[in-house]
Amino acid sequence: MSSRSPNKLARIGLAGAALLALGACDREERDTSRQPKPETISLASSDPRAKEYENSSFHISQGQRYYSWMNCSGCHALAGGGGMGPPLSDDEWRYGGRMEDIVQTILKGRPNGMPAFEGRITEQQAWQLAAFVRSLSAQPRQDVLPGRSDDISNAEPQTLEERRPQQSESNTTLPSAEKD
Amino acid sequence: MRHALVIRSKVALLAFLLLACPGSQAVGQGNGARAPAAASPPDDGQWTMAAKDYASTRFSALGEINRANVSRLKLAFSFDTQNRRGHEAAPLVVGSMMYIITPYPNHVWALDLARGGRLVWVFRPRPKPASQGVACCDVVNRGGTYSNGNIYFATLDGDVFAIRASNGHQVWRTSVADINKGETVTMAPLVAEGKVLVGNSGGEFGVRGWLTALDAASGKLAWRAYSTGPDADVLIGPQFKPFYAMDRGKDLGVKSWPPEAWKTGGGTTWGWISYDPATRTLFQGTGNAGPWNPHQRPGDNKWTSGVFARDIATGQARWFYQSSPHDHFDHDDINESILLDMPVGGRMRQVLVRPGRNGYMYVIDRGTGQVLSADPYGFINSAKGVDLKTGRLIPVEEKVPQEGRVTRNICPAAPGAKDWNPSAFSPRTGLLYVPHLNLCMDMGVIEANYIAGTPYLGAEVKMYAGPGGHRGVLTAWDPVRRKAAWEIREDLPLWSGALATAGDLVFYGTMDGRFKAVDGRTGKLLWQEQLESGIIGQPITYRGPDGRQYVAILSGVGGWAGAIVSGQLDPGDPTSALGFVNAMRDLPGKTKAGGRLYVFALPQ
Repeated sequence: MSSRSPNKLARIGLAGAALLALGACDREERDTSRQPKPETISLASSDPRAKEYENSSFHISQGQRYYSWMNCSGCHALAGGGGMGPPLSDDEWRYGGRMEDIVQTILKGRPNGMPAFEGRITEQQAWQLAAFVRSLSAQPRQDVLPGRSDDISNAEPQTLEERRPQQSESNTTLPSAEKD
Repeated sequence: MRHALVIRSKVALLAFLLLACPGSQAVGQGNGARAPAAASPPDDGQWTMAAKDYASTRFSALGEINRANVSRLKLAFSFDTQNRRGHEAAPLVVGSMMYIITPYPNHVWALDLARGGRLVWVFRPRPKPASQGVACCDVVNRGGTYSNGNIYFATLDGDVFAIRASNGHQVWRTSVADINKGETVTMAPLVAEGKVLVGNSGGEFGVRGWLTALDAASGKLAWRAYSTGPDADVLIGPQFKPFYAMDRGKDLGVKSWPPEAWKTGGGTTWGWISYDPATRTLFQGTGNAGPWNPHQRPGDNKWTSGVFARDIATGQARWFYQSSPHDHFDHDDINESILLDMPVGGRMRQVLVRPGRNGYMYVIDRGTGQVLSADPYGFINSAKGVDLKTGRLIPVEEKVPQEGRVTRNICPAAPGAKDWNPSAFSPRTGLLYVPHLNLCMDMGVIEANYIAGTPYLGAEVKMYAGPGGHRGVLTAWDPVRRKAAWEIREDLPLWSGALATAGDLVFYGTMDGRFKAVDGRTGKLLWQEQLESGIIGQPITYRGPDGRQYVAILSGVGGWAGAIVSGQLDPGDPTSALGFVNAMRDLPGKTKAGGRLYVFALPQ
């Protein structure tokens, strides 16, 4: 009996440690070491405001709120996967993917159905929105990404999301997988 | 010997179960249900409206292609529509001509069937490109209607056209919708008694739903009936005699909403209209209430998610029945109404049969609006049933979406147990062939802001396969016995319409591009052909100029269910396409975008 109890204790200890470890899995972690994804075409902005907004956790968080409040998510989906509007999570930009292009798109609208938000939001809010939109395709630094959104959400927080392959990559993977 | 036979029949039964899951043994001689003659005249071999006839049977009396020979069906010709979005339309056949209406930009192709489908003319209406941004679920069009020498159809941006069927020349054009408010038109207009009936889409944009009647000769407005607001706007007057107390009272279209909310309350008419010439009554379903978040609109939200019977001459309402009062789940009630005369409780009744989005098969007296029965035809855990005394759907409280959390496992999901894609009824079997869905969802709601021309939802949805893991079902429903005769489970959601023929065949297509013919009595698969792109269109059949029977279908995946392919959406975001993408991640590996008409016939 007595010879078995340390064993038992050890087992309890192990189980406890395992439980602790499992519990730790629930904690939200962010990997700040990841690098921004390379851009297939240069989207470097000449506008000095671009860096200011894109490197600011506050601005991106604000952009995330407006993304929901201004009904952007209704067309482009919570994580930018698209729907009535095109996806924002890939590297295809119909009207340009630089910060100032996105700001223009938001404020002035585009002919194939993107409405103009000028007069409904300020220019600063548009820059904040654009910074969030860029974050949907993992362009900003990982350590400035917002955590959870203000509201309940059916989508993962950006900090937990696996970065999705770029559109161009996913296009090549499907047919080759079929050949295998 | 006898033992062996039993075993063999058991094996056969098992094989049969695997093929089709029959609820009961094959139904033989029908059940006394038939479409009223006035709404379903003798077949002339043409296909002049999407639903085939005013009773919306989608049944053809042609029987040259039948159970015995369908396995020999071969491609007769095909035609590239030059469009790669979701093709939901039914082709039209008038005389020796066929007409196809494409998704945006809504080209009309006229093909000569006497010359192997050769192009005769094309009409390009040039709708406003911005309309693409306010189309909720791909830029689809569900077809046109032929009447009195003209083809009638509507463009996505809300212009109704009459063009000469012979040469494609425009007769008139009337703008009925405003895309700046989020209104579009995707439905196939119905033409009856010299009126073109057309309704708006935009239930996801907080538009105010309406049905409009235009004069077929001139295009001038005859009447417009709104689905929300004061009685005068809804065309509710002295003729209005709803069966249930819940629908009686003055200006319920205002009073069953918070102040002003009816102005952005939805109730669009984007689905199917049936018409009973004997009583000059049209039957029109209304769409979901807006926004999706139900907590922003306490009340019954009249007259959304229900069905109106209206006098076609004036638009005046005769009765209304609301299948989903205070809609919780985007359960539009725009699905097809099949007009049938059939025995109910021992006597013949004139009814509407409606496979509802909320999962119940409604049998409604078409004279009074009384619900005679409402039986589940799919898996439902969001409602306990329909109270036939009050007419009310009985919701399950724990499935009502709440603000501040995600409600899990709501069945059926937002597109319902069945969406827009229409059923077919065969008088020979007495069965209604219902192509539908088996999807559930997680739904969270948040406060939505109304901004004209942007989505008005306040909901986050994620869909997935329901119990059993299959996402589509073709159910052969016996409306008299009130149960399924058999069903076929399909892996992908069924988003195509069904066609029934006197050859006792049922045709439908799958989203991975298989066009199928099954035995109308047993559900046994008799023929299938792999097409270039997934099928979400409406199959039709007709007698060609050479006297032979042909079957036609448009392939071209898309629509709400197929937007992941037609719109190249990101499968990594579960909420893409209002949450449908989560259930469709495998689709891009199973089909590709396309747009082609296929016409099949028996070899000569």
